[in-house]
This record gives sequence, C-alpha cells and structure tokens, in this order.
Amino acid sequence: MLSADLGIILPEIILAIYAMLALLGAVYTVKDGAASLLVWVTSGLFLAIAVWIGLTGAGTNVAFNGMFVDDGFARFAKIVILVSAAAVLLMSEAYMTRRGLLRFEYPLLIALAVVGMMMMVSAGDLMALYMGLELQSLALYVVASLRRDSLKSTEAGLKYFVLGALSSGLLLYGASLVYGYSGTTLFSGIIQTAVHGDLSLGLLFGLVFLISGLAFKVSAVPFHMWTPDVYEGSPTPVTAFFATAPKVAAMGLFARVMHDAFGAAVSDWSQVIALLSVLSMFLGAIAAIGQTDIKRLMAFSSIAHMGYALMGLAAGTAFGVQAMLIYMAIYVTMNVGTFAFILSMSRDGQPVSNIASLNMYSKREPGKALAMLVLLFSLAGVPPLVGFFGKLYVLRAAYEAGLAWLAIAGVIASVIGAFYYLRIVFYMYFGQERDDALDKSGSPVLWGMLMASSVIMVVGVVNLFGIEGAAAAAAATLVN
Amino acid sequence: MDNLLSIVTFLPALAALILLVFLRGDDEAANRNAKWLALIATSATFLISLFILAQFDPENTGFQMVEQGEWLLGLQYKMGVDGISVLFVMLTTFMMPLVIAASWDVSHRVKEYMIAFLILETLMLGVFMALDLVLFYLFFEAGLIPMFLIIGIWGGKNRIYASFKFFLYTFLGSVLMLVAMVAMFADAGTTDIEQLMVHQFGSETFSLLGVQIVGGLQTMLFLAFFASFAVKMPMWPVHTWLPDAHVQAPTAGSVVLAAILLKMGGYGFLRFSLPMFPVGADVLTPLVLWMSAIAIVYTSLVALVQEDMKKLIAYSSVAHMGYVTMGIFAGNQQGIDGAIFQMISHGFISGALFLCVGVIYDRMHTRDIDAYGGLVNRMPAYALIFMLFTMANVGLPGTSGFIGEFLTLMGIFQVNTWIAAVATSGVILSAAYALWLYRRVVMGDLIKESLKTITDMTRRERAIFAPLVIATILFGVYPAPILDTIGPSVEALVSNYQTALAAAETATQVAANQ
Repeated sequence: MLSADLGIILPEIILAIYAMLALLGAVYTVKDGAASLLVWVTSGLFLAIAVWIGLTGAGTNVAFNGMFVDDGFARFAKIVILVSAAAVLLMSEAYMTRRGLLRFEYPLLIALAVVGMMMMVSAGDLMALYMGLELQSLALYVVASLRRDSLKSTEAGLKYFVLGALSSGLLLYGASLVYGYSGTTLFSGIIQTAVHGDLSLGLLFGLVFLISGLAFKVSAVPFHMWTPDVYEGSPTPVTAFFATAPKVAAMGLFARVMHDAFGAAVSDWSQVIALLSVLSMFLGAIAAIGQTDIKRLMAFSSIAHMGYALMGLAAGTAFGVQAMLIYMAIYVTMNVGTFAFILSMSRDGQPVSNIASLNMYSKREPGKALAMLVLLFSLAGVPPLVGFFGKLYVLRAAYEAGLAWLAIAGVIASVIGAFYYLRIVFYMYFGQERDDALDKSGSPVLWGMLMASSVIMVVGVVNLFGIEGAAAAAAATLVN
Repeated sequence: MDNLLSIVTFLPALAALILLVFLRGDDEAANRNAKWLALIATSATFLISLFILAQFDPENTGFQMVEQGEWLLGLQYKMGVDGISVLFVMLTTFMMPLVIAASWDVSHRVKEYMIAFLILETLMLGVFMALDLVLFYLFFEAGLIPMFLIIGIWGGKNRIYASFKFFLYTFLGSVLMLVAMVAMFADAGTTDIEQLMVHQFGSETFSLLGVQIVGGLQTMLFLAFFASFAVKMPMWPVHTWLPDAHVQAPTAGSVVLAAILLKMGGYGFLRFSLPMFPVGADVLTPLVLWMSAIAIVYTSLVALVQEDMKKLIAYSSVAHMGYVTMGIFAGNQQGIDGAIFQMISHGFISGALFLCVGVIYDRMHTRDIDAYGGLVNRMPAYALIFMLFTMANVGLPGTSGFIGEFLTLMGIFQVNTWIAAVATSGVILSAAYALWLYRRVVMGDLIKESLKTITDMTRRERAIFAPLVIATILFGVYPAPILDTIGPSVEALVSNYQTALAAAETATQVAANQ
C-alpha cells in the first residue's frame, strides 16, 4: 500500500531529495561555484520530470487515503509549472551571474517551491493544501529578498512574508471552520456536506475565508496590494518567476478546492469569484496606465490577467476550467517572453526598468522590438495572436454560464488595458531618439526565449499546439 | 485550383515574411528591393484574383469557391465569396499595387513600411472572404495593428494622438461585437456564417433591468454589431476618429483607409446585420436612417469650413458613407445595389482624391488649402485629374459617383420620403465644398511665391492615376458589370430579409391573438 502511494508521488519525492542533497553537497564543497551548474541541472530535471509526467501519467490515482490526487488536471498544471519554472531559471542564469547575484541556494529554493506547487495542484485534503502552499510560499519569501544588500529587495521579501502570513492565517481559519462544520479535512468528504441549499453558515464562512486566502495567492483584487511592490523590489528574474509558475499553481489549487471540495455548491461561490474577477480586470487595467516602471506595469498586468482567468473559474463548469487552464498556459508563455525582454533591458551593464528608456528601441534592435510588439499585442488580446484565444475561451465560458455581464465587463476592461500595452509600443516605435539608449547586448538564452515566445504567439493561431484537447481532458477529470 | 481564395489572401503575407526574414540592411539597394518585392507581390495578387472573378458565377447566390477546414474550439477555417463580397475582394487587390506605387518616395524605414502594407492586405482580404464568425473577427481586428503602426510611425505631426484614438476607438467598438459573437455561438451552436444566416435568433420582447427590449435577442445582437460597424464605417456621431486618422496618416495609409477599411463596416451590415438579425435591424432602421441623414448634411457642412485638404476629404467620406448606410437600411434592391456600388466607387474616388492631395503634399509639404492657388498654370495635367475626381465626388452623371448616390436615393425614396429629401440636400452641399476646394487650390492666378517652381505630375504619378480614371469613367457610363455581379445576391438578400420580417410579423400577431 505504502509503496503504491510512494509510487504516485515519486516525481515530487525525487525533486525534494534532489534539492536537499544538492543543498548539502554544495554547502560542504564549492558553494556558489556550483551555482551555474545547479541552475542547468535543476532546469534539466524540471524538464525531464515534465516529460515523464506527460508521457507516463494516466488515469486518476489517489495516494495516502485521498490526501494526494494525481489526475489529468494535476498533470496538466504540473507540466505548465515545470516548463515555465525551467524557462525562467534558464533566463536568470546569465543575468544573475553578471550582477553577482547567483547563489547556489537560488535554483534549489526554486526547486523546493516547485515541489510545493506540485503538492498544491494535487492536494486532496486541506492539510495537503496547506503543506504545499507553505512550502511554496516560504521558498518564495526567501528568493524575493535574494538581493540582501538592496533595500527594495529586502523590503519586498518582508512585505511578501508579512502579508503572505496574514493570508495563510485567513486560509487556515477558513480551513478550520470547514473542518469543524464538515467533520473532515478530505475534499471528498467535504463535498458530501457542502451541498447547495443545505450549506451551514459555518461552512459558508469557511468557504469565504478559504477564497480570501487563495485570492491573495493569485493576487486578485482586493487582495493584490503586495503585488506591485514585490514585483518591483525583487530581482527581475525572481519577478519573472513570481509572474509565472506560482500563479499557475495558485490557480490550479483554487480550481481544485472549488470543484473538488465545494463542487456541489457552485452557485454559492461563483458570484464571489465573478466579483474578484471583475475587480481585478478593472483595477489591473486602470492602475497600470500611470506606471513608468515596466516591472510594476507587469504586476498590474498580471492582476488583470488573473481577473480573466478567474472569469473562467467563475463559470463553475468543466468548460470554464478548461478555459482557465488554456488561459494560464497562454499567459505563462507570454510572460516568459516578456520577462526575457525585460531581463535584457540594461544600460552600461546596469538593469533598467524605466519604460521611457525604450525610446526608439525598434531602431536599434528591430528584431527584438518586433518580437516584443507581438507579445504586447498578444497580452492586450488583439487577434490574431494567441492571447486573443485565451480571452475568447474565458468569455465563452462566462457567457454560457449565464455571466454575460462579466463577459461585457471583461471586454471593456481589455480596451482600457490595451492602452498601456500600446504605450510601450509607442515608446519603442514612435518615440524620439535619445543618446542614453539601451545596451545592444543580451544573452542568447534571453534572445531565444523572447523569439520562441513571440513565434508561438503567431503560429499558435493554427491549433494552439493541441493544448485545447489536453486542457479539455484535464478539466473533465476535475469537474464531473 | 481548390484553394484559390487562400492563395490570394496569404500571398501578400508570404511576401511580407520573405521581406522580414531575408531582406537585410538599410541602404538604398535594400529599400529598392523592398519596394519592388511589395509591388510585384501586390500585382501578382491582383492578377491571381482575376481568376476569382473569372470563376465567379453571378447567377449563383450562394457562396462559391468555398474552402473549409477544422479549427480550434469548434470553429472553422472557412473562406468563400458571394456576389456581395467578391467585388470588395477585387477592389482590395486592385487598389493595393497603386498604394504601393504611390509610396515610392518613402525613405524612412522602407522595409517595415512595405511589410505593414502587405500584412494589411492579407487581413483586409480575409475580412471579405471569411465565412466563420471568429475568423472574420480575427481578420477584422488584426487590421488595427498594422494601421496603428502605419499612422504612428509614418504619420504627420500629431500622429501619436491619432494612432491611439484610432486604435482604442475601433477596438472598443468591436469588443462588443466579440461578446455578441460568443452569444451567437452559444445560441446557434455554430460559428459558420452560412448556417447562421438561416438560424432564427430569438426576437421575443424581453425586459432587461426594467427596460423592454423590442426584438429581444436580435436587437441586442444587432446593437453590439452596430457598435463595431458604425465606428468602422464611420457613422455620425462616432466618426471623430476618422478625420484625425486621415490627416495624420501617410498618403498611402489614407488611401487604404478611405478606399478599403471603411468598406468593412458596410460589408459587415450586409453580411451580418441584415441577414442574421432582420427583426433587430427592422426595429432600429429609423434610428440608422436618421443618423445617416444627419451624417450627410452635418458632415458636409463641417467639410465646408475645413482648412486642411485631407480633413475636408475625410469629412466628405463620412458624408458619402452616410449614403451607404442609408441605402443598406432602405432594405430594397435599389438601395442595397446603390450602397454596394457607392462603396466600390467611393473606393476609387476617395482613394484618388487622397492621392491628389499626396501629389502636392510631396512637393510643398503642406496640406493647408490657403497655401495653394492657381495650380492650373503650372500643373495642367494635375488640374485635369483633380477636376475629374472632384466631379466624381460631387456625383456628376457620367462618373461612378453618380450611380451610387442616385440608386441609394431612389431606394430610400420608396421607404421614407423625408429622409430622401434631407439626404438629397447633401448632394448640393457636396458640390459646394468640393467645387470650392477645387477653386481655391487649382483655379485663379498663381501668385504665391513658393508655388512658382512647382512641377507637374511625373510619369509614375500619371500611371498610378490611369487605372482609377478608367474605372471611374467606365463604371459611370456603363455600371452593368458591377450591378450584374451583385444583383442576384442582393436580390436573394432582400427577399430573405423581407420574408424573415413577414414571418416575424405573423408570429407576433399569432401570439397576440392567443
């Protein structure tokens, strides 16, 4: 029995053991000298595990009496998490080495965070949920303040920690209420008690607290306050990481809790999520207009994008979950490319994040500017780029679930949001030439990621690389 | 050739890709290669598109040369043409080589310029051929990206404002259409335009937030599509982006905008609004007709006081598009025939007028009417061509402008005499502003010092105008080729529209009697 259970969580175990052994090994030997090697090995391991999960995973397997669920949904989310984490890790290497930021702990902390995320999307129990969430968060608090000598970076880490602890508290409180009123921590047990129309007040309270805690993790309005500061303060590669894998994990966890534990009371939570969604879309769109720092801008952009992903979740249907998964996969791909571009922004070797410094960038680096142009229009959701299809899926999910008002609000927010993406295009293409132009250099890895991501945005219009079917199958295992 | 339409659509994009990937350098030779490649690609597209016209059977009112394939989300890749769309396809392929030739003197980032125009051509052709809702939306919206860049990069002084206004205005209009498309998909279970045309969308009155919506779902869908097409058209009062965009865009950009992009709105009305939501269209027809009448008179008056030539022509475009919407919503054969004819002919005429402005702008670098006067003395050929298109713009019999205006007025007269009366006054006003413009720019003595050395049109410029002159006069004297092509399709459209209305009427009466 135990060996069967261990077999199911073997990918997580391998990753965890690797992280601990590598940590010990590096501490007792070359320390930071091994950092570069560890980055490559870790991302190689991520990719290998992603391929392994993708090729061998089948059916729904439950381990530890239901605490850990390995189903199509979990596998889809895990593959997205692993691939994006590997991509971001690879992008950070050159940037961090050049600035003396690369420590051997960094890839290992990321590996531990990824183990936490894999636990999150597979959680079948409130305890497993919390365990995964905290493992992920603790690792992320540390990497946020990786730049120990920078005031902003330590501030970002501390802010993230304090607010994250608060949200964990909310979540735990909700979990304890849910446990108290349903008598079990297992999702499969909660769903027996949490039935629409027969929902006790305590369970409803617990549900709301759980949603608040999770909304904090996906940085949905009104639990978004930490996002801009943490994005701006953290070293850029870390910001890139925050914007990708943890968002997918948190969204996956959100969907899992809502459908696995509260799937019989959809109408009780769908309005709450719809509200979170509409607030996120509008705040993300409006607040980003005034930003001058591209990292802060991307923070608001990610808030808005989470709003759209939540729109799929608010539908409360299998198609909604499918739409959300597709949206997240597309979102992550766009963000990897965009952050590859931001990472390559530097002047005299110093990182720059001011949007105005992109003045007439298209003149100096037409190729990279064009790739960024494609990504920006894709982020704005303009067809024929892939970002548009993400929006189309969630709009359809929301409309079919009777949330036409949410769909209309979403498209209006997307017009407001288009403005700030266009503003970056304006600097790159329509601006005036200045002397203090950005450096022309950039590592080949960054260039490759940027180009790959923008080509995907264009070519993906043919069939989205087949993720539609995979996401549909994944959603079907979650919602039934 | 089974996939002729796809070949025509994607040929320019292919040329753009070749330019993007293979053309290196920024020197004289590279620029020349870019121009020639673009010219050859657009000319080849035009020549191949002649096969579409040759294969097209006007008597067949269905879609022809249909290509179909599976796509995502239950959508389809489906292309095809019918009598309504085939001429817009031809107009696009016909205008693009002229546009490229007119941009021969561009010296600033030539490669990108040509890529933008080639991509734009693909997207415009796609709009007219797409037979799937979302595919249509894809092409329709994607056209904003190259146009935004064309105005923003190669535009005039105030180009930033104009490009943002253009993008956000049209984007806002069309996202509502996207929601409506999602709603149609949910209601009909398909995005195939052919099937949607025979699908009956609900028309029972319902109340929303306490407001009674006559025509129900159809009215809501109609309004959402209307938001998009009215902005694109553009109709009064959402036309204000057009003068800005026109004035700031480079000459070639203005030509494309006036000749082709504006036609997408009218095409959309004919393809979606009338056939798919007949009841909704019927409910809102009075509103649309009065908006058109106001547009014709109001924008003509505004055109009278303009000091910028491009702005004047832009306002005259809005007025002419007023005839188009009026003709479409007259809902009868003459009206719709006239509307399509007017759109095609306006494509030649307004395109040519913007080119005329471009000719003197290239020489003097100003578009102020006051900066000119007496050009006839030094530019006789220019004066002649400008006169022809001014007259065509006014709608002088013998030019194609006359046929369109006359047919739409005839169509509307059968429906609503008052609107016909108001709209007819627009004919006089258009004569006023167009002739006055011509007098101020071309006639009189050449007294301005700066104009003393101005030269007449070069051979290249004359060559660009020649096809437009021929088309304007040919279709003015002998409109049958166009009317015969569109006739049967329009007849089918009108009869379906009237049948659907009658059916809805009976259904309401039956419901009332019960």
